[in-house]
Amino acid sequence: MTLHLAVALDGAGWHPAAWRELTAAPQAIFSPAYWAGLVTEAEQGLLDFVTIEDALGPQSTLTDGFDDRTDQVRGRFDAVLLAARLAPLTRYVGLVPTATTTHTEPFHVAVGIATLDHVSGGRAGWRPQVSPRAAEARHFGRREFPPLDRLLPQEGLNRPGGLDLSADPHVRDLFAEAADAVEVARRLWDSWEDDAVIRDAATGRFVDRDKLHPVDFAGSRFSVKGPSITPRPPQGQPVVTALAHARLPYEFAAACADVVYVTPHSAEQAHAIVTEIRALSADLKIFADLVVFLGEHAARRKARLDELDGAVFTSDAAIFTGTAGELADLLLEWQRAGVQGFRLRPGGLPHDLRQITRGLTAELRGRGSFRGAYESRTLRGLLGLPRPASRYAEAS
Amino acid sequence: MTRKRVHLAAHFPGVNNTTVWTDPRAGSQIDFASFAHLARTAERGGFDFFFLAEGLRLRELKGRIHDLDVVGRPESLTVLSALAAVTDRLGLAGTVNATFNEPYELARRLATLDHLSQGRAAWNVVTTSDAFTGENFRRGGFLDRADRYRRAAEFVRLSRELWDSWQPDAVVADPETGRFVREGGIGDVAHHGEHFSIEGRFTVPRSPQGHPVIIQAGDSDEGREFAASTADVIFSRHGTLDDGRAFYSDVKRRLARYGRRPRELKIMPAATFALGDTEEEAAENAAAIRRQQVGPQTAIAFLEQVWGRDMSAYDPDGPFPDVEPDLSEDLSQGRVPFGDRAAVAAKWRALAQEKGLTIRELVIEVTGRQTFVGTPQSVARQIDEHVQADAADGFILVPHLIPGGLDEFVERVVPLLRERGAVRTGYTGTTLREHLFDDESESEPS
Ligand SMILES: Cc1cc2nc3c(=O)[nH]c(=O)nc-3n(C[C@H](O)[C@H](O)[C@H](O)COP(=O)(O)O)c2cc1C
Repeated sequence: MTLHLAVALDGAGWHPAAWRELTAAPQAIFSPAYWAGLVTEAEQGLLDFVTIEDALGPQSTLTDGFDDRTDQVRGRFDAVLLAARLAPLTRYVGLVPTATTTHTEPFHVAVGIATLDHVSGGRAGWRPQVSPRAAEARHFGRREFPPLDRLLPQEGLNRPGGLDLSADPHVRDLFAEAADAVEVARRLWDSWEDDAVIRDAATGRFVDRDKLHPVDFAGSRFSVKGPSITPRPPQGQPVVTALAHARLPYEFAAACADVVYVTPHSAEQAHAIVTEIRALSADLKIFADLVVFLGEHAARRKARLDELDGAVFTSDAAIFTGTAGELADLLLEWQRAGVQGFRLRPGGLPHDLRQITRGLTAELRGRGSFRGAYESRTLRGLLGLPRPASRYAEAS
Repeated sequence: MTRKRVHLAAHFPGVNNTTVWTDPRAGSQIDFASFAHLARTAERGGFDFFFLAEGLRLRELKGRIHDLDVVGRPESLTVLSALAAVTDRLGLAGTVNATFNEPYELARRLATLDHLSQGRAAWNVVTTSDAFTGENFRRGGFLDRADRYRRAAEFVRLSRELWDSWQPDAVVADPETGRFVREGGIGDVAHHGEHFSIEGRFTVPRSPQGHPVIIQAGDSDEGREFAASTADVIFSRHGTLDDGRAFYSDVKRRLARYGRRPRELKIMPAATFALGDTEEEAAENAAAIRRQQVGPQTAIAFLEQVWGRDMSAYDPDGPFPDVEPDLSEDLSQGRVPFGDRAAVAAKWRALAQEKGLTIRELVIEVTGRQTFVGTPQSVARQIDEHVQADAADGFILVPHLIPGGLDEFVERVVPLLRERGAVRTGYTGTTLREHLFDDESESEPS
């Protein structure tokens, strides 16, 4: 059984001091060439997809609010636009930007992801993300949120395994809204049947309007009439993915997503999470997230970065330091526990990405566990997900 | 005396009957290849920018989706970002509504596009108060018509505050000193205004243009005032010589009140064209395109928009009907309305009578005639003359065919414009602001 491999791209990598490594390119982080280099590297490694992180506020060491640290990367591009910028430079690798569901317009997000699918010829995905922070809500000035720190223990969101905020009514409300946003997006993607554009010169009709459908969604936070302004995307529905640490987001992922990223810290935990999620959904693809520092001296590298940053790096996901061969062992062990793929978060870019694309993939291939060539031009194809028919197709 | 330089831009045509989709050469309206083709053609011609319109709800006529024109388009900024990968110099302008967006998010997206295109982003700020469109959005049709431009102006002001909140040299990324951002390089933003009240910190470093280029398209007095105070470019409908001159002098006159000079706002009307080897051939081509643009069903649909009633029983190739318009009904949704429909109806009827025109002939006559018709020489001359006569600073060209509708213009007309010294022979700058405003040869009208 082969496994699926994705990488999570963000800034100079996931360690806050990664930009200070000799191999890093910190001056280039806000240039298109930097991102082009990363994504073509991922494609040369035959990876399934890359994800791109995003948020509606700057990075911070505080849980809710902005710090004045000047020694860490601050600033990010809009991830959907960045993914679109990379689409013409690649042909096979999937592009999965993060887009927030909390303060954005579901209609705009759905149409943006559909457009990404068009410009990439069927390689788009989306990671919907809630924005629970009061500081980000103030960027919009339309809703008042309680400060998030009130919910959290000292370690904040980086606690190993992530935090369970499922009991909090504010967080539950945000997840319900996110579920509505995904539902609206899927309806909008379906709202044009595949063969709606007919170009019938005899009757003068460009579309068959019986194949365009209002979506008529009414929820507690928004309603959307539809249909979409954009023809059905090549994949029918782009791939929806979700990061989940606890029961509430597992339920969100099972109901709304095609792929879930989970954060076990051992094969046993992986097994337990897989069992819990499988009881909710038989079809959801389960990926595990891992932060990886790779190479002969990985542990020493990480220790040096910790020292530069003045803190031991912690994460919701497990942190791996070691060689590509050792990582391959671990991935295959977790695969036996039911994990179908991995989203690796490179500790430092481009170093750990190259270790993945050149070292890890070769290791896995040697063990018959990774592809030797791309087998599909769409992201659904790479993930073995069928192309869904429009929900409205039968009704008409 | 120095001459004014002509600015050109390319509009990807879409959801109205300018676009001829029935022609055998007409390609996809959604495949990225079509967008890339037109953008590359425009870049070959040294155009200032490529332009995408927006419509946030499919247009309707008589309560049903209007199916005779192209329907459907991609999200503007997402396509433009992809086009940044296949072009080097061409400006990338997207129409985005100021009513159904929030400044923090849109300012981020525009700053991102400006980075990803290395200084080529532009925003065409449109406004609407239309409850029909609002049905696709969180707040519905929440805005009073009178408030549209107040919100738009505050939106742009706030966006500029956000863009300015990162100092140009905020990102130092110096591993030696361990400073990624300079102390004090990122400022906080606090804005409490009539339409927006936000506090916090922006997430995108200052982009190559600092402020992406602002375009305005709207005709009302408030719209013109907004443009005079805020915009870098106006996209207008006033393409004819007389109309153009009146509009041009009106808007340029408004600039002084805001301490701006006439050259700081470029006026670029939409323009269509038809070419031929001789004047006669060009006229024939123009007429043939008009017949394609106004098919029998489209002729009836135009009539229904003005008359406000079902006219499907009439023969488009038959005589013009003498029923009265129903002014209580507006059958069309999601498009800019026809204005005073009673006056339009009276004018159409009189003209049909006078010239003995059928319904379709009349509609061909009164709607969307090409701005420039002629040989490449004569079209180059007309364009230049319009600009020198202060009817425009240039034109946003709307081809009638996708993807090849500008090919002939760029191959045959642009070289003649270059020979006349009317346009640059190539790009001299890298950013859109430079294309628009680095006019060495341009002098201030005194
Ligand atoms: C040449 C031109 C192009 C326009 N393009 C768009 C467009 O793509 N999308 C849109 O929503 N409105 C568009 N508009 C509409 C205007 O932004 C504005 O909403 C409309 O003209 C009404 O404003 P006004 O009362 O100032 O004229 C366009 C207007 C003009 C003149």
